[in-house]
Amino acid sequence: MAYPSVREMLAACQAEHLPLHEVILRSDLAESGLTREDSLAEMHRMWSVMCRTSAEYREEDRSNSGFAGGDAAKVEAAARAGLLLGGDYLNQVLAEALKTAECNACMKRIVAAPTAGSCGVLPAVLLPLWRAGLADEEAVCRALYVAAGFGQVIAARATLAGAEGGCQAEVGAASAMAAAALVYLKGGTAEACAEAFAMALTNLEGLVCDPVAGLVEIPCIKRNVIGAMNAVSAADMALAGVVGHIPADEVIDAMAEVGAAMSRDLRETGIGGLAGTPTGQAIREIVTMAQEEA
Amino acid sequence: MRLFDVLGPVMTGPSSSHTAGAVRIGLTARKLLGEPPARAEILLHGSFAATGRGHGTDRALVAGLLGMQPDDARIPGSFALARQAGLAFSVGTIALRGAHPNTAVLRLEGSTGHRLEVVGASIGGGRIRICSIDGITTDFGADQDTLIVHNQDSPGHVATVTACLSGHGINIATMQLYRSAAGGKAVMVLECDEPIPEEVAVYLRRQPGIVKVTTLNL
Ligand code: SF4
Repeated sequence: MAYPSVREMLAACQAEHLPLHEVILRSDLAESGLTREDSLAEMHRMWSVMCRTSAEYREEDRSNSGFAGGDAAKVEAAARAGLLLGGDYLNQVLAEALKTAECNACMKRIVAAPTAGSCGVLPAVLLPLWRAGLADEEAVCRALYVAAGFGQVIAARATLAGAEGGCQAEVGAASAMAAAALVYLKGGTAEACAEAFAMALTNLEGLVCDPVAGLVEIPCIKRNVIGAMNAVSAADMALAGVVGHIPADEVIDAMAEVGAAMSRDLRETGIGGLAGTPTGQAIREIVTMAQEEA
Repeated sequence: MRLFDVLGPVMTGPSSSHTAGAVRIGLTARKLLGEPPARAEILLHGSFAATGRGHGTDRALVAGLLGMQPDDARIPGSFALARQAGLAFSVGTIALRGAHPNTAVLRLEGSTGHRLEVVGASIGGGRIRICSIDGITTDFGADQDTLIVHNQDSPGHVATVTACLSGHGINIATMQLYRSAAGGKAVMVLECDEPIPEEVAVYLRRQPGIVKVTTLNL
């Protein structure tokens, strides 16, 4: 069974003297009935799809609405020209988050992680490390188990759907999962993973879901960037020994409470927030007109 | 939630409800029809109608009708593939009363002339419900092996069907009964733990008062 709390997940590591990814893997085998080999093969398949999505990104691809595509290529070009502020890793995280999220908008194959809208966050933080040889595929897959285990706790205590909990439940959750994965890859303890997870989720608490014209494009694609960047900063803080003071489970519960208090207009209805701005509404008009012509 | 539902599934974007769920509605309708569709009238309701084109809902439904799964990379090109496969289709909108916002109506005609109308809703995370078949209300998820029997609303049919299934060693997980009006048409939906063999369908079709038998094997 998936763990109902981060506290119990960490306690199981202690009690069974097992590393965190192993505890999560075993709990899923008990629930899903998969064999260990099937589960590992499936995780490697998830990673191979993440790699392929990024590799098959094309600068010229555009979404059906015409509003998504081409941004990752701009970032990569600017990085090559030395125009950006971040270092090599951050520049790649930025470009990769856009790449996968743009691929999703352009109807390419992605891994929902945890959702399609937030699919760019995990690959964004992991791909650059893997490409640089700082993490091999086995280590990446172990980190993905850790990410998934934390995601399962969010699903158990709160929600992973923007329609229920706002974007904090999609990009916020993806970011927190990615933060835990990064700490694990860097050799951090299970407790440090939980700290990174809690801080990442805390920092995106309250994020609403307000997709313009109801499409997974504006603001979703760029939200994947903040999800990834936030994961890196939370992971770095945890690796440095910084703590967030509110335990992970309580942060998840707060997120659930905040999501429930959000107006329906801010939960994937495409009504409030950015979707309701004059420009957001004008874009909806354009997209709807194009739909009627077709 | 299972681990690979949190990290996964692999799907063609952009939306689990508007794209992946739509593929599953189309695929389920194809299986319910029992043969490749030759004609399809697709009607989109609610959010499907408003944002369907931007989400590729129309192409996803056609992809499902062609037998594709939600992770098929050919989904964006399904319209051209439909032409090659001899599927003539139209896409329009419809306003249904009280329906889920992500609902599609599919009116199908198969290659040998079978007809079927299916109403399906995409309820989030790629999961679907089949809300009606040939105008009679249903409510099942199409994620288990399912037997659907249309019959005259007269006594004895339920016993015939359940006896036949138990005779084949098939365990019934859930069973629902629907009817259009007392004494009129009725539909039985039986979700089973095993695939439904063709002999069951053949046998049931021969029974008096049974109008139509459809199997959905995953
Ligand atoms: S804004 Fe809404 S649809 Fe877009 S990524 Fe966030 S939760 Fe998903």
